[in-house]
Amino acid sequence: MEVTLKDYRTSEKSWWCPGCGDFGVLAALQKALVNLNTQPHEVAIVAGIGCSGKIGNYINSYNIHVVHGRTLPSALGVKMANRDLLVIAAGGDGDGFAIGMNHFIHAVRRNINVKYIVMDNHIYGLTKGQNSPTSDPGQRVKATPQGNIESPVRPLSLALSAGATFVAQGFSSNQAQLARLIEDAIRHPGFAFVNTLSPCVTYNKINTYDFYKETLTNLDEDPDYRPDSRAAAIAKVLEKEELVTGLIYRDPTSVPYEDAVPGFGTVPLAGRDIALAPEDYELLLAKYR
Amino acid sequence: MAKSLAWKIGGDQGEGIDSTGDVVGTVASRLGYYVYGYKHFSSRIKGGHTHYTVRLGTEPVLAPEPEVHVLVALTQETIDRNVRGLVAGGPVIADQAFKPALPDGAQAQLIEIPLTQIARELGAPVVRNMVAVGASAALLGLPLDAFRSYVEEKFGRKGQETVAQNVRALEQGHRFIESSHVAVRYELPAATPGTRYLMTGNDALALGALGAGCRLMAAYPITPATDIMETLASLFPKYGGAICQMEDELAAITMVIGAGYAGARAMTATSGPGFSLMQEGLGLASVAEIPAVVVDTQRVGPSTGMPTKTEQSDLMAAVFGGHGEGERIVLTPGTATQAFEDGYEAFNLAERYQSPVIILSDLALGQWLQTVERLPYERVQIDRGAIVGAAETQDLEGEFQRYRLTPDGISPRTLPGTPKGQYLATGVEHAQTGKVSEDPANRAAQVQKRRRKLEPLRTREGAILVDAAEGAEVVIVCFGSLIGAVDEAASDLRGRGLKVGRVQVRQAWPFPAQPLRAALQDARKVLFVEQNVTGELRELARLEGLEDDRFASLLKYDGTLLLPQEVVEEVRVLVMKEEV
Ligand SMILES: Cc1ncc(C[n+]2csc(CCOP(=O)(O)OP(=O)(O)O)c2C)c(N)n1
Ligand code: SF4
Ligand SMILES: [Mg+2]
Repeated sequence: MEVTLKDYRTSEKSWWCPGCGDFGVLAALQKALVNLNTQPHEVAIVAGIGCSGKIGNYINSYNIHVVHGRTLPSALGVKMANRDLLVIAAGGDGDGFAIGMNHFIHAVRRNINVKYIVMDNHIYGLTKGQNSPTSDPGQRVKATPQGNIESPVRPLSLALSAGATFVAQGFSSNQAQLARLIEDAIRHPGFAFVNTLSPCVTYNKINTYDFYKETLTNLDEDPDYRPDSRAAAIAKVLEKEELVTGLIYRDPTSVPYEDAVPGFGTVPLAGRDIALAPEDYELLLAKYR
Repeated sequence: MAKSLAWKIGGDQGEGIDSTGDVVGTVASRLGYYVYGYKHFSSRIKGGHTHYTVRLGTEPVLAPEPEVHVLVALTQETIDRNVRGLVAGGPVIADQAFKPALPDGAQAQLIEIPLTQIARELGAPVVRNMVAVGASAALLGLPLDAFRSYVEEKFGRKGQETVAQNVRALEQGHRFIESSHVAVRYELPAATPGTRYLMTGNDALALGALGAGCRLMAAYPITPATDIMETLASLFPKYGGAICQMEDELAAITMVIGAGYAGARAMTATSGPGFSLMQEGLGLASVAEIPAVVVDTQRVGPSTGMPTKTEQSDLMAAVFGGHGEGERIVLTPGTATQAFEDGYEAFNLAERYQSPVIILSDLALGQWLQTVERLPYERVQIDRGAIVGAAETQDLEGEFQRYRLTPDGISPRTLPGTPKGQYLATGVEHAQTGKVSEDPANRAAQVQKRRRKLEPLRTREGAILVDAAEGAEVVIVCFGSLIGAVDEAASDLRGRGLKVGRVQVRQAWPFPAQPLRAALQDARKVLFVEQNVTGELRELARLEGLEDDRFASLLKYDGTLLLPQEVVEEVRVLVMKEEV
């Protein structure tokens, strides 16, 4: 059956502010799923807590909305339980790079075949505008009236140096590119990180749509850029201060974790016959005689 | 004739104490004795004093012996620290190499054996401890042949040379005692050989989980729970499972929750500090109604506490931990067999009740070797709870009602991948569809539903195990590994003509108040025996309306194992008070 956008819509009304960048991310994700003709019941979306984490409420797939910061480990659990599902983790920059930073680095290293979309608005939206780990230096908010004095996390270079096998960045206004990047991520055999620049129109007065339109470089349109070298990718994102879009790096030799676990098998755990026979127990017990 | 004996070996950590204790324990078990093997160790890898005691008896033993009958000392520190625990005049086998001496006033018989020298002459310094084992066999009255065959089997793979060196080491040690003037010779009544197993609660629990179909374990290493992960790691490749060693316990529990949501049987195991971190995830599993199995092998807390010592101080945290009144099921196994039973049943309960299940074990149960008569694997049944399959969802009109308000509170779930079964599982309060809802009536109804579904468990069969005594003067109540000491004490007291009953709480939550009330009804005194300072089990009972002036507590919180004699003493004091 041909999948259409309608299949991915829910009756839930959006809680996002008009103009929020997350609308664009949602639309691009739905478009990518339709383009790949993935059935809604074959998709599991694991969402974090934040404005961004509401994304799962608006997509008619299997959804699990977890606790703040634990988006990735939950998603890895879903994938390990059922390898046949397309598992997409989605959350904010606070969710992924503050409270969930530990999990981010380790999920990158582990390379389980999960797709991770961060809606990076450089701010804490849901808690009404505090600085996030990606906030620009100097950003003044209520909780930091003197201006941000911390140096921001650089998600792209961080992921690259942690050993990511797929890194891309999209801009929520550039729907077509973002959908394409998500499709590429889905096709990648391993952990795929898609950071999205998704402006918070209510609280972030620095990283606005106009700001990105002026500053972003689209690597997909750069004939000299080839996303197959980790070192070149790191150099590029450092040079551009992470203000790039496009496919930044893809490791063509990536082997997902679940393929590397000895004896794990390809049948989803969730559907296996799991009972042991008496002979199995006797064999297991023989060790303890 | 004594019904049980205790043999102890001590030395520095890293000197092969563990493997030597295992040899004695395994051989005694094969000879048909019941064995309990317990250790003293510290949180360091090399150096530092450690010892390992093997208690062997003709009846089941699940508690320490108050005194040691044979002490093998590899260092002077071993003698200095342990000679007081020796039976008066008992033998101390010591390596001549360190010029052993008894402290002033020690009532012991020093037997100096050139253990190191003999081993060196045999061309294998590593067989030093085997010489001591041979000598111990002579003192304990255990046939050397049994040790010989064990060594042949154990070292066969390493070649004849290794086997021969070990056998000769055993023989020389044995001969040393036989030809010496040592007067002490112990003797145990004849053993009754049978097919028995020597394992820890952690081992048994891992086997139970495997039997239940657990094929995913996410964990972060921590004493005394790590063995569960390591045991499963050795078995999973053959059974198609995966161990994910996570970055922390926050990740471990949420990975288990993700897997449970997606329909796999997954577990995690931890101890105190990790259990604190898991409270976050436990709340999510409660509200989103996702099956998850969590083992907490308790150790001394709070914080790092005493990582290698036993305690039962996480009971309240298991039942009530975390914010916001999340419901859980808490099982409290006390023996390896029970750890096996809970190891599989936890998964059935988790899926049937769509709830987190905590198996609250403790260090003594988790790590000390015990004889297991048999594991009742024929009782393992797999009940995956109410799952709606594709056949049922195909005619579904509208949205799937994942959190439907049902009379029993259990709402059938779909597993991801089932067509038309999509829904949102969420830690946010939700309506019957899973959609976020702040409607007051819905909130109240969902809270009640989640509570209602666990209610029947209060009277679940086996939630308490009662060994009753009619007209009991005292009924002892306990949970966890203390059942070993309590049972032994009860049997001792009965031997002295006292009417003693005992109740083992096997499920701490939902609290089996009514069965417990019935079991305590006729008792003149009730003694709660616990390994914590606040009497957590008794406190739970009080919250459930069980507390009156018959109740008393014996609380131990120094990290050492509870002796049956401590319970005997407390009961006698209690009864004497009554008589005054
Ligand atoms: C453990 C915990 N701490 C704090 C919060 C409060 N909280 C909710 S969302 C959030 C930050 C949201 O920022 P981000 O992840 O960037 O998402 P956004 O709203 O910007 O999309 C915080 C701190 C929480 N829910 N849980
Ligand atoms: S607060 Fe910002 S991030 Fe949140 S919905 Fe509004 S615009 Fe979007
Ligand atoms: Mg944000």
